[in-house]
Amino acid sequence: MSFSATKLAQPLTLNTTALITKQEGLEVYEDMVLGRTFEDMCAQMYYRGKMFGFVHLYNGQEAVSTGFIKLLKKEDSVASTYRDHVHALSKGVSARAVMSELFGKKTGCCRGQGGSMHMFSKEHNVLGGFAFIGEGIPVATGAAFTSKYRREVLKEADCDHVTVAFFGDGTCNNGQFFECLNMAALWKLPIIFVVENNLWAIGMSHLRATSDPEIWKKGPAFGMPGVHVDGMDVLKVREVAKEAIGRARRGEGPTLVECETYRFRGHSLADPDELRDPAEKAHYAARDPITALKKYLLENNLASEPELKAIDKRIDELIEDAVEFADESPFPARSQLLENVFADPKGFGIGPDGRYRCEDPKFTEGTAHV
Amino acid sequence: MERDPTVCVMGEDVGHYGGSYKVTKGMAEKFGDLRVLDTPIAENSFTGMGIGAAMSGLRPIIEGMNMGFLLLAFNQISNNCGMLHYTSGGQFKIPVVIRGPGGVGRQLGAEHSQRLESYFQSIPGIQMVACSTPYNAKGLMKAAIRSENPVILFEHVLLYNLKERIPDEEYICSLEEAEMVRPGEHVTILTYSRMRYHVMQAAKTLVNKGYDPEVIDIRSLKPFDLHTIGNSVRKTHRVLIVEECMRTGGIGASLTAAITENFHDYLDAPIICLSSQDVPTPYAGTLEEWTVVQPAQIVTAVEKLCQ
Repeated sequence: MSFSATKLAQPLTLNTTALITKQEGLEVYEDMVLGRTFEDMCAQMYYRGKMFGFVHLYNGQEAVSTGFIKLLKKEDSVASTYRDHVHALSKGVSARAVMSELFGKKTGCCRGQGGSMHMFSKEHNVLGGFAFIGEGIPVATGAAFTSKYRREVLKEADCDHVTVAFFGDGTCNNGQFFECLNMAALWKLPIIFVVENNLWAIGMSHLRATSDPEIWKKGPAFGMPGVHVDGMDVLKVREVAKEAIGRARRGEGPTLVECETYRFRGHSLADPDELRDPAEKAHYAARDPITALKKYLLENNLASEPELKAIDKRIDELIEDAVEFADESPFPARSQLLENVFADPKGFGIGPDGRYRCEDPKFTEGTAHV
Repeated sequence: MERDPTVCVMGEDVGHYGGSYKVTKGMAEKFGDLRVLDTPIAENSFTGMGIGAAMSGLRPIIEGMNMGFLLLAFNQISNNCGMLHYTSGGQFKIPVVIRGPGGVGRQLGAEHSQRLESYFQSIPGIQMVACSTPYNAKGLMKAAIRSENPVILFEHVLLYNLKERIPDEEYICSLEEAEMVRPGEHVTILTYSRMRYHVMQAAKTLVNKGYDPEVIDIRSLKPFDLHTIGNSVRKTHRVLIVEECMRTGGIGASLTAAITENFHDYLDAPIICLSSQDVPTPYAGTLEEWTVVQPAQIVTAVEKLCQ
């Protein structure tokens, strides 16, 4: 175990005075409000029958997405879970493209082929929303492997891209989590494993699911720092994120960060959310990360009430615009059905007439039977 | 790998050990430990890592030390290899090759003698090929590496000892085309991988008995080369399928359906499909032999078809 791993095997306690500049503070605030307002609008649109399927909202956890992703460069990658809208937004995917995807429209970031749990953006290096527990972690590890490969094999000395993998407390009982901690530490990959520990799977309390609930401790077990941070405090998350991202960028290897957070809504919009104690919900609601940041910014004279109100208003308009855009966008045409199954459509093979089947006009029309 | 520095290999013991069947022998010394990466024994995760590497610009070849172990990676192969190009709206490509030794070997027991074609064939977005000779092994491997699609390449544990003189100059085989092994007039025998050799053994007997079978190694298990297969059916009007795959939901079952759907009018007799038995491959040599198709069964089936 390296020195830093030993040193960081304790939860970090941070001094939060003067942690942020005015400009950074406003940017962070705006991103968190964007996430919250977007998700509230999703709930409305779901109940209005504009979007379908399983929709998992991020309310309450904004400090984690914003705290990490706003420190990343465009070239850095992010892998998410089924609760992925806000990660995509923080990474720069437009609210229009995400909302449109949720509406199942052609203008969605995945042309309406992904949906709520499968947000991708190659342009912004969003490697995906992954709907099964843990399956995004190996993919994120692969992107981190590419960064190392580019630097060491392809001799791109300036390639210092890092990857952040987000996942929940439930995932930390899954093999892929452990397997990837091992590989990332073994090869010193530039990756940050970020646990959004919101204390609950669907109806399974974290405490009933895991032998040792302190997830951060599993970092040092694999030879990497394990950090525990208050995931309801964006400034604290940011400080931890800065250190972990810097470490990865310098080629010093991975970090496991456990952010203790809470989801303000049910697991998904289909979850009646009957098991969580109202007192527990109230406890975390009182610690709303957006309210807390707002208070901090005002108390430290980093922003004025009208400035923050102006941001709220701007975001409201942005979300209204996203809904309008999504609503007016066309549904995918039938011709889209057979596109993107294979990157090279020759994968559909050769038909009885000796021609590649994808050359058949029925393929372009999406009416061929495959 | 010399041609394209983004091509890399990952899997258990592919590096220093040279691969469990020595497929990557000497490559770690030549290309280094990162390009020929020895991974921990964690199939689902290193397969997923290969997929993530492919999404971000590399062209990994992922080896299942034994193909059966890839059952542990089924989630990554199905959800991410097969579907992610589509769910991402075409944004991310997954140019990986997943390969390894499989099939029924010599008394390796049930778990090491799996026929996984049937398991993998319904995954959308994946191509599957099976090699059967040194020549097509090389040609298909190159094609698979250069393909923009994820490709599963099936190798057979009992075929690694084959020797053949192959051309010095570069060649590649099409991932979508079948191989005409022996042209003939009386019956079309469709086969692949190791069963090609059982078929050829049976063909000798059949020729001595006055039959002229056409033998096609379908090679492309998904999609089928319906052109080559169709031309043969139109000529012989009789089809025998010989495979090592499981009978239920196997390649033969899909092939039967495809031929019936496309060439029913040309058939003079119902298709016969000889598959291996739907049993876990037994350890005992005699039982194992009765699990897979033997040349004598092929001869009998052709005689029945041509009555």
